[in-house]
Amino acid sequence: MSSWLDYTINGLIVGNVYALVAVGLALIFGVSRLINFAQGSIYLVGAYIGWVAVVQLHTPLPLTIIVVAVVAAVVGLIIERFGLRPLQNSVRIAPLLATIGISFVLDQLVMLTFSPNPRALPSQLPDVRFQVGGGTIGPLDLLIAGVGISSALLLFVFLRYTKLGWAVRAASQDRDAAMQMGVDVNRVNQTVFGIAAALGGVSGLLVGMYYNQIDTAMSLQATLKGVVAEVVGGAGNVPGAVIGSMLLGLVESYGVAVFGTSYRNLFAFLLLVVVLVLRPNGLFASARQAPPEPLTGTFIAPSRPVRIPRWALAVAIVALAILPLLPVSFYILQTLINAWLLGMLALSLTLVAGTIGQVSLGHAALLAIGAYTSALLSLTLNVPVGLAIMAGGLMSAALGTILISPSFRLRGHYVSIATLAIGEIVSLVILNWESVTRGPIGISGIPPLSLFGYDLISPASVYWFAFAVMVVLALLQARLLGSHLGRCFRAIRDDDIAARAYGLSLNRYKSLAFIFGGFAAGVSGGIAAHLYSYINHETFNTQQSILALTVVILGGLGNVVGAILGAVALVGLPEVFRIAAEYRILIYGIVLLLLVRFRPQGLLGTI
Amino acid sequence: MAEALAPLLSLRGLTRRFGGLTAVDGIDLDLAKGGLVSIIGPNGAGKTTLFNLVTGLDRPDGGTVSFEGQDITGLSPERLAAQGIARTFQLGRVFGNLSVMDNVLIGAHTRLRAVKPAVPVIGPLLELGLALLRPSSVKAEEERLREDVKAILARFGERLLPRIDQPAYSLSYANRRRVEIARALALKPRLLLLDEPTAGMNPSETAEMQALVAELKAEGLTILLIEHKLEMVMQLSDRVIVMDEGKKIAEGPGGQVRGDPKVIEAYLGHGLSGTAEQESAA
Repeated sequence: MSSWLDYTINGLIVGNVYALVAVGLALIFGVSRLINFAQGSIYLVGAYIGWVAVVQLHTPLPLTIIVVAVVAAVVGLIIERFGLRPLQNSVRIAPLLATIGISFVLDQLVMLTFSPNPRALPSQLPDVRFQVGGGTIGPLDLLIAGVGISSALLLFVFLRYTKLGWAVRAASQDRDAAMQMGVDVNRVNQTVFGIAAALGGVSGLLVGMYYNQIDTAMSLQATLKGVVAEVVGGAGNVPGAVIGSMLLGLVESYGVAVFGTSYRNLFAFLLLVVVLVLRPNGLFASARQAPPEPLTGTFIAPSRPVRIPRWALAVAIVALAILPLLPVSFYILQTLINAWLLGMLALSLTLVAGTIGQVSLGHAALLAIGAYTSALLSLTLNVPVGLAIMAGGLMSAALGTILISPSFRLRGHYVSIATLAIGEIVSLVILNWESVTRGPIGISGIPPLSLFGYDLISPASVYWFAFAVMVVLALLQARLLGSHLGRCFRAIRDDDIAARAYGLSLNRYKSLAFIFGGFAAGVSGGIAAHLYSYINHETFNTQQSILALTVVILGGLGNVVGAILGAVALVGLPEVFRIAAEYRILIYGIVLLLLVRFRPQGLLGTI
Repeated sequence: MAEALAPLLSLRGLTRRFGGLTAVDGIDLDLAKGGLVSIIGPNGAGKTTLFNLVTGLDRPDGGTVSFEGQDITGLSPERLAAQGIARTFQLGRVFGNLSVMDNVLIGAHTRLRAVKPAVPVIGPLLELGLALLRPSSVKAEEERLREDVKAILARFGERLLPRIDQPAYSLSYANRRRVEIARALALKPRLLLLDEPTAGMNPSETAEMQALVAELKAEGLTILLIEHKLEMVMQLSDRVIVMDEGKKIAEGPGGQVRGDPKVIEAYLGHGLSGTAEQESAA
């Protein structure tokens, strides 16, 4: 019995921490209809600033909290001013992509400054435990609860009794009307980002002290948890975010109590998916919302795609096909093989995110499904590798589509959250389902690529195989885009309400897009598995999803040739300039930000 | 003339509430086959919400919608489109990145047969396969629909045909409205709902649009029209329904409704009473 009280207290404490993140997200969503994917990065910054203050500067606790809050708020203001304000009048996908890019840039900057190794963040409070009923509670628990409750109270007073607070509430109810009444919306946005960032930073500090450890992986986790709590409470609903956070903390804590620590995140994401499916507007949303206003402007940037003549494409294919016959180095072939694998993933994502407008952030999960299917089939059932890769593609198409289907009724940012969560669920299932996936040990000794009984060992043969598969997938996708399905997908992306009014079933066509895209990604993952000969649950991670997204934006959303060109550019250019591996993610993030700002249609234009 | 027949569309006590506001309040309406009924009323009267209820984009809190004697209340918009109900949108919802041709072809989506075999469960997969393989039956169907689209666009004279391959975002406002109507016609609708087809058009463009609607009516198409331009309403409508604050306040032939004191009060007195709401679901 006593341990249950402990789990409840622990759940509420963790819930308090989530609340600090989620309230910030809710405030930002309320004012700018934006889910700030960079919130976790600010939390990370807060944790590391706290480390500098405590370990290097030996600041006392109250000063530590103030320093962290101020620095984090400044970071928030910079994000608002330089990352988001320039995008105010651009298409809806732009700020979504911008916060994703900002989050990667910030995470990488922290990682480069402090190294990815975990650090200890000592709590500055005495390590004593008080007996409460059957459980115990420490001073840090009380501090976290105190900070959580007092922030909520301060925020309540600010929103309710100050002029700026009124402006924030007015802007969140009707931005245009507030502007016409003389509310300075930029100032409101700044205020909100400042407050959200300060809360996020302090939250990172407290969590670091709570676990006495900080590392750069905290960022994504915090974003996900904050978003889960916020969505459970109803996006933009500040009290809802607090309650959602407590609920999330309790669900996780009890889940851990029953099933063990490695299931903690699984419960969080399952809660999210369940809420998104059953009550997409959150637990506390009023019954049925008015149908959404017609959206002026489209989701993606309008543009005219660059038309590349067929002969030029044919020449390019032939030139790339005979490349291994020329005296080129192994290194170049290896780089291009990686580009072709990424190209297949980008083809998949450009169809899903570009053509039908479902910006997926969990696309690496499709690689993982394909890779594990192919690896396990060839290893345990001795299925020929060629067939196993095909099966990997089909499994990814089928399973991926089924997993993603709860998100079909969602739009815009919600799709990204849902796909991110579903991607995490896949990776957690792979980690925990040891009897099938061999859990954290991973799968080693995967047979090499082979076709009709011949092993493809030489770099040239691997190159040809990957290139041929990619070209076939690209041609098929181009043919798909030219059919009525291409038309239907793009219509759903541009205006799903009008599409439905003309008889287009969203479930049907989103499923078809994910089936086709899932196949390409699964095949890419399958080939990669046989190429690497070892895979585990971290081989296909969120970084790859973000890399693929950058490739897709670079090439032009929905653009088949653009996806391949983008893959070659993003794999090739860092090699050409010999950029060290640790800087690459940073550069991808910066490229994404610059593209969103200056060339949202990408190199070859949106199709 | 056709009033004696069973109505094509029939609404009974249709009601929709948003929180405390009753946007559509117990509306009854009968529309005979081949008839044209106009709905007028001040902004925020609930006209567009009524359209959303009829076309399945919103579900009513009470009342029924029946189409050809069948209860269609609360059916999904996809199902209703398949039954032959087409609409245009007040603020214009063209597919911005699609060409004029593709926009109108989407209108013909419910008419696709060869590429969309009516097989349960695996139907969607067959559709994917047929789209990739494109046998001659599929090609022929696509070609036929493209010819249809050109014939529909020809109704708008030289407005749209020369721009057939341009993306819709590049069109003028008036041309986007025309694309919307062309898209609706491509469905070969049995019931057409037009939501302010002349909004934002100048007098000569309005006259053109009025001639087109008259032509469609003469061809026997059943039309429900929301329109603010009273001249057009008076000339086209068999009957006019006046809505205010969700309620039907008058109904009858145009001339009769026009003189109704309640109607004049609704239009002129509304701003003074201070209860004007934003059109809730514009």
